[in-house]
Amino acid sequence: MALGFFSRLKAGLSRSTQKLSGGIASVFTRRKLDDQALEELEDLLISADLGPSVAEKVIESFRRSKFGKEVTDEEVREALADEIAQILQPVAIPFEPDPERKPHVVLVVGVNGTGKTTTIGKMARFYGEQGKKVMMVAGDTFRAAAVEQLQVWGERTGAPVIAGKPNADAAGLAFEALKRATAEKADLLLVDTAGRLHNKSALMEELAKIIRVMRKFDETAPHSVLLVLDATTGQNAVEQVRVFKELVNVTGLVVTKLDGSARGGIVVALADAFGLPVHLVGVGEQAEDLRPFSAEAFAHGLVGDSIKVIEREDAPAEGAENTSSPTPEDHGAQPG
Amino acid sequence: MFETLSGKLSGVFDGLAKRGALSEADVTEAMREVRLAMLDADVALPVVKDFVNKVRERAVGHEVLDSISPGQAVAKIVNDALIDALGGAGAVPLNLNAVPPVPILMVGLQGSGKTTTSGKIARRLAQRERKKVLLASLDTQRPAAQLQLAQLAERAGVASLPIIAGQTPVEIAQRAMEVGRREGYDIVILDTAGRLSIDEALMDEVRAIRAETSPAETLLVVDAMTGQDAVNTAKAFNEAVGVTGVVMTRMDGDARGGAALSMRAITGAPIKLTGSGEKLDALEEFHPERVAGRILGLGDIAGLVEKAADTLDHEESEKLALKMMQGKFDLDDYAAQIRQINKMGSISGILGMLPGMGKLKDALGDKELDTSVLTRHQAIISSMTRAERRQPSIIKASRKKRIAAGSGTTVQEINRLLKQYDAMASMMKRFSKLGVKGLMRQGLSALMPKGGRPPGGGGRPPFG
Repeated sequence: MALGFFSRLKAGLSRSTQKLSGGIASVFTRRKLDDQALEELEDLLISADLGPSVAEKVIESFRRSKFGKEVTDEEVREALADEIAQILQPVAIPFEPDPERKPHVVLVVGVNGTGKTTTIGKMARFYGEQGKKVMMVAGDTFRAAAVEQLQVWGERTGAPVIAGKPNADAAGLAFEALKRATAEKADLLLVDTAGRLHNKSALMEELAKIIRVMRKFDETAPHSVLLVLDATTGQNAVEQVRVFKELVNVTGLVVTKLDGSARGGIVVALADAFGLPVHLVGVGEQAEDLRPFSAEAFAHGLVGDSIKVIEREDAPAEGAENTSSPTPEDHGAQPG
Repeated sequence: MFETLSGKLSGVFDGLAKRGALSEADVTEAMREVRLAMLDADVALPVVKDFVNKVRERAVGHEVLDSISPGQAVAKIVNDALIDALGGAGAVPLNLNAVPPVPILMVGLQGSGKTTTSGKIARRLAQRERKKVLLASLDTQRPAAQLQLAQLAERAGVASLPIIAGQTPVEIAQRAMEVGRREGYDIVILDTAGRLSIDEALMDEVRAIRAETSPAETLLVVDAMTGQDAVNTAKAFNEAVGVTGVVMTRMDGDARGGAALSMRAITGAPIKLTGSGEKLDALEEFHPERVAGRILGLGDIAGLVEKAADTLDHEESEKLALKMMQGKFDLDDYAAQIRQINKMGSISGILGMLPGMGKLKDALGDKELDTSVLTRHQAIISSMTRAERRQPSIIKASRKKRIAAGSGTTVQEINRLLKQYDAMASMMKRFSKLGVKGLMRQGLSALMPKGGRPPGGGGRPPFG
């Protein structure tokens, strides 16, 4: 993979983890783990968007095992990363289209501006490169130029884009697309949808309708419903996931914009609350900036030794790492 | 969007209100709760710390311990501090004081809503202030972004800069200003590509655009759902391009809105506008004092009482209150109530001022409250006889026909009014059972039938 991508990511990570890791160092270098220290650590976790309840959990575990002890920042870091990785491990499940399905239908949902269309474009490339026949549906018939945006991705990836007229009924379009993809024996059908706030009941009902209508053709569809989450989102993400899960039975998450300064700690809170698989993470605007999610790397990135992880990964693979991702960049791509 | 934070904070102050005098320990405990509630609402950590320290300092001072109801005194201090943190009282308008064409630069992260907001601002300036507005997209990163702005411009009824493929953002900005000067535009809105605050190359680019155009306003567009990272974003953009104002988008979501509190504190720039929907007219001015009232969940009761005292007929209110307490409530009272409500202004505004009404607002969803119904109800009631108004149960088919003819409405509408009256009357009965104390404790939501539905059922607005 391009060195440019890699060094860009590295630069990004070094900045984004500076604060939390710097914070931990300043709190814990040669210091007794007393009430005040624990409170400060709790604040640090909250400021990484972990959410108050998860932060408290971690702190309580620290209190039990280490209260009153002299601890170094390295110890705190390790323990913290372990704790977080433990929460994340069960949800780090790669996305794998079912080869039995022709096509495996993926409905991509989320609030406005999280990166649904970009994610679909990247997925088309990712699975297209694996030799799968991918088709995309421009189901965002609402936002200006959303169809054209996906069509550009179609040109970039060579995957056909099925589009309707502006403001066309998205459910009808999805139905037609499913019919066509079945006839053409596609492996993967990626259905884009308009962004919608989860508290708008009429818009959420529209989404449920897309599923109902697709089921008239194939009652097992959609086989996956992916909720795309912006890593900069705060605690409201919990509500987003809850509502989308309830209304359209979300099967997995994609976390985008992890190349920014947001650390995406909300992912930890979500794993704790829902246990939904986190399939993929987005780390840039280019087609190749989509990676499987690794709990270990994400956790270490979150507490501040992501740079070390990357440097280690720069060398040939050590083999002791996550099984889901054979390429060295994958690990570097995780942390926010 | 602020309901959840409201709920938390009113819980804290309810706790304080139950006590008489406050000890310093009480205040400390309350401040811990306030701190947690704010962190939970995504208010940035440094802002929370600063906020809590300020409030604590004042709260342990004499003004609280000497006051008759310390709980309320603390609530007031928190309220004032919130307004401060949100940028002080009063909305801050866009600054358009420059030689036309006045450049407005839009910046922010990817997906924060810059392009939609650009369209909304263009429409607002064109329609409200009769400005000639040119929209120009400098987004050469995202596929079809320039086309998106062109389509929005068409919907907004303003011009957009013709797209020339292959130009750099700086070149587009130069061309936009040239066209602006040559064709006599008042305003040129420059919509830039979304960029991460840590992307040095793109931040350099936006610096260059700013240097080239010297915008009168550099607006940072921020998603109201943003978490703790709001601080980093605000800092980075402010240092790079000098933010002059903030636009909060997706205020119609149910995010707790902590980012709004953080923005002013970090950038020093006021929140000038808020976006609250996908339609091009869903753009509003930001009023810190109103938002602070809603965050507290009780602060604006004072505002409501003030407003009511100014506008309501006292004798009539007392009579109405007495009847409500007794569980007696007839259509005459309803008509009187409509008159009072009309004097006070919009119903949604009043709902926003009431504690515990978050749920009701949720139940209403994004439906607009239509007050024209109230006018029709007034007409219907005035077409009734005195006996009918006193005892609505006697109104049967032929009376309905007569009333419909007399008021220029339909029998269906009269049925609806009567059904709503029934719902209201049973609400009044609940009210009289609950008593004033119960109401104050549980908020108005205690009056709602189970399931949080507004009276009248079916998700219809109350009274309408």
